[in-house]
Amino acid sequence: MKFSDQFEQRFTEMLTHYPTKRSVLVPTLLFAQDEIGFLSDEVIHELAGRLDLTDLEVRNVISYYSMLTTKPRGKFNVQVCTNIACMLRGADELFEHCEKKLGIGHKGTTPDGLFSLEEVECIGACSWAPAAQVNYDFHENLTPDKMDRVLDEYKKKGTQ
Amino acid sequence: MAEVNITVDGKKVTAPAGTLLIEACKGAGIEVPSFCYYPNLSLQGACRMCLVKIEKMPKLQTACTTVISEGMSVTTDTEEVHQARKSMVEMLLGNHPLDCPVCDAGGECELQDMTFSYGAAESKYIDAKNHKEEQQWSPVVYFDRPRCILCYRCVRVCGEGMDVWALGVQNRGVSSIIAPNQDDHLECEECGMCIDICPVGALTSGAYRYKTRPWEMKHVGTTCTHCADGCKTTLGVRRCDTGMEIVRGDNRDKSGINGDFLCIKGRYAFDFAHHEERLTQPLIRKDGRLTPATWEEAFELIGKRFAEVRGKHGGQAIGVVGSTRTTNEDNYLLQKFARVVLGTNNIDHHRTADFPALAAALSGKPEMTASMRDVFHAPAMLLIGNNPTEQHPLLAWQMRNNVRLHRARLYVVNSQPIKLRRQAASFSQIPAGGEGKLAAFLAGDDSAVDALLNEKTTRDSCIALREKLRGEANLVIIFGSEIRGNNITSVVKFASAIPGAKVLCLADYANSRGAADMGLYPDLLPGYHRVTDAGKFHEEWGGVPEARGLTFPEMVESAKAGALRACYLVGANPIGRFGIDPYAFSHSFVVVQDMFLTETAVMADVVLPAANAYEKSGTFTNTCGDLQLVKKAGEVTGTKSDFEMIVRIADAMGFDLRKLVPFGRGAHFDMGQSRGAQSGEADRHAVWLQAQGLEPQMSPFDPMAILDEIQRLVPGYDVSRMNLLAGNEQHTTLAGSGTGALQNPELIVPAQDDLFSSGTLGRYSRTLNSVIENHHKESAETDVAAD
Repeated sequence: MKFSDQFEQRFTEMLTHYPTKRSVLVPTLLFAQDEIGFLSDEVIHELAGRLDLTDLEVRNVISYYSMLTTKPRGKFNVQVCTNIACMLRGADELFEHCEKKLGIGHKGTTPDGLFSLEEVECIGACSWAPAAQVNYDFHENLTPDKMDRVLDEYKKKGTQ
Repeated sequence: MAEVNITVDGKKVTAPAGTLLIEACKGAGIEVPSFCYYPNLSLQGACRMCLVKIEKMPKLQTACTTVISEGMSVTTDTEEVHQARKSMVEMLLGNHPLDCPVCDAGGECELQDMTFSYGAAESKYIDAKNHKEEQQWSPVVYFDRPRCILCYRCVRVCGEGMDVWALGVQNRGVSSIIAPNQDDHLECEECGMCIDICPVGALTSGAYRYKTRPWEMKHVGTTCTHCADGCKTTLGVRRCDTGMEIVRGDNRDKSGINGDFLCIKGRYAFDFAHHEERLTQPLIRKDGRLTPATWEEAFELIGKRFAEVRGKHGGQAIGVVGSTRTTNEDNYLLQKFARVVLGTNNIDHHRTADFPALAAALSGKPEMTASMRDVFHAPAMLLIGNNPTEQHPLLAWQMRNNVRLHRARLYVVNSQPIKLRRQAASFSQIPAGGEGKLAAFLAGDDSAVDALLNEKTTRDSCIALREKLRGEANLVIIFGSEIRGNNITSVVKFASAIPGAKVLCLADYANSRGAADMGLYPDLLPGYHRVTDAGKFHEEWGGVPEARGLTFPEMVESAKAGALRACYLVGANPIGRFGIDPYAFSHSFVVVQDMFLTETAVMADVVLPAANAYEKSGTFTNTCGDLQLVKKAGEVTGTKSDFEMIVRIADAMGFDLRKLVPFGRGAHFDMGQSRGAQSGEADRHAVWLQAQGLEPQMSPFDPMAILDEIQRLVPGYDVSRMNLLAGNEQHTTLAGSGTGALQNPELIVPAQDDLFSSGTLGRYSRTLNSVIENHHKESAETDVAAD
């Protein structure tokens, strides 16, 4: 299993931050997921080996955090918040709109591998509800129209 | 440690600082319920059943995670606390299937008990239950997910206790589930600790599930018949067509030396007892074939032939082989029978450790053998050779948990990277066969160090290790059968120089130590007294043959040469175990007592169906020297105990049984005929019985009569009978033993059993075989994947 030099550098540095090796697991998983796209069996086995954990322990941690995934996702992961503030400002309709537009449901991925859709809990953007997060970028004060434009832009970016 | 005073329910309670509130309450006899809290496992605080009211704290607190502090005032029995506990039970029952009438745990279920105590029979929730079919995770572990209450005991005992880490928790919140390490099945040591520790019926045992209910069994706590660690296993027995069937083995009362622990063999491998190939009738060879016969016919024939051979050719023409899985009483009686009735010292057994050398090395020294409990409490341990995880699961548990809970220092020296190195403060890998040299090096022979060196172990590291060990007061030195003869002397020499150091010699079978202590040696009597120096045995038994007898290989040679005319094998299968030419004994009259038609039994002239250690009473001595009671649990009609058969053969030979078994004595009153020094001269045994407050045994078939004699005559066995009968282990010592004798080290043949094998017994255990098969299948699959 080979990671990028950047990953290796971050991993080595991270180890110096904690008293025990296993503590670096969560950030490391996030780095690995950003690099590979998801946490494959191979990644799990590799990291378990490096941190003296069993594969099962690594899986336990992954399954606890909803931001970590063991299944491949689209290039752009569209996360629509449906918690109270967003809900009151039309998040449910927004989510339904996304479902129709992308032709996929919660946790689905488009056949071209470009988009995944997820209904998520609060992302801390209540002041600008309804909000959605695509990968690490926030999109706020959304309406179905505005969402279309956001998605179209990503589509353009992804197919270039 | 400083004492802390607290008040619980108005009662003053004092406990050492650092004590958890739940333990302090327990100590004061106040019950605080809990599911997730389990002594000696890490704290979880998951079930919220142990909520109590602590003064000056705003909310109810979990007693299992609260450390007591001076002046703390606690109430455990208020309406608020009751209500809190009741709602916890209600939540747990929310998705619990309530299939108690068919659940294995029904009747022994902690959730059931709590529901009865706190009553949450009515639920505010009316949601549909989230059902999931039960899953088989291994041949012995089943998981019924809806019954699980997520206390995580199984996860912790598997990881922390066993160092296996095969169970985990996946997902979070209401979707949390217990998950096995291999997706849909377990790859583990199959110890079954997770099942035992499960407070409900979520984890159930493949061997027992849906077979019976706890209240329909009789529970007998006895000593395990597999390895030499001597765990207590509680056998659940039930009446069946052929006697009493053992349906369950477990560790419910935790009162043995094994505490919480039991491995796969103690828990599941009782099933050999009901194997369909079990012999239930005596067999006599007629016209070349083994033919069913009556007991009378068999005993008469054996008695006649043994008497003939003894009369015509003398005792030296008869060989006797004993067992490492029969009781001390069987073994003592067998060697006494050989020496007194047959008139021969030709007696041996399957040796797996050099106890005579240990006795010789310890002779005249103060007591320094370690007990199984010592291993859990010693501040430091040195392990030389062996692989306890596979061969001595309890010992490995004691060492592992001593390190975890008491921060003991473990030093491991092995030729292989054994699993216990993970707990070791220092691990030295030495070349295979170098263990003896290590012993010599430890004892001060610096030239021996050369044999220990390789790329991982240097001269300096060896010297540093020795220095370190010399400073470890109360060190327990544990060594495998790699260390024999003079090397044992070296280990003892090294240990003698360390204050409080103790030694522990590892043998392989349930009563290997007992067989050695009871004198199944051609040159040693019980207690390692030499046959040439029979002393009190000579007096008591009315003569002991003085010539050293034949070892087992010598018996084989003698049989081949036609000199050994008769051979008596009790619970031993040397032909199967040592690969000896089965025709070696074709000129001898061979009698075999066994459970099965083993490789040895098939060539016998008479085969007597024997009861196993789960079907008789007596005592076992584990490898440490801890003496424990063996209690009769199962029964298979048509078998007899080895003890009874030996006595019946002596009877058939016309021997006066009172000279063999001290029964029926001690019932005579002293009417004043004897006084002073003379009293007791007439019947020492009767006087001893009276002094010990024991009942005279009234039957020649009562093993306790021989235990009386063992306690009276075998050094180290004069332990408290009261404690023994109460089910406690009693450590025997070697300090007062005879001088032992140097044995040929080649005669020690390690059993080479692993976690899932157990000599001849294991071959007839369906559970062990299914686990072995499963593991082979898995490793074959992994091999394919790796290719």
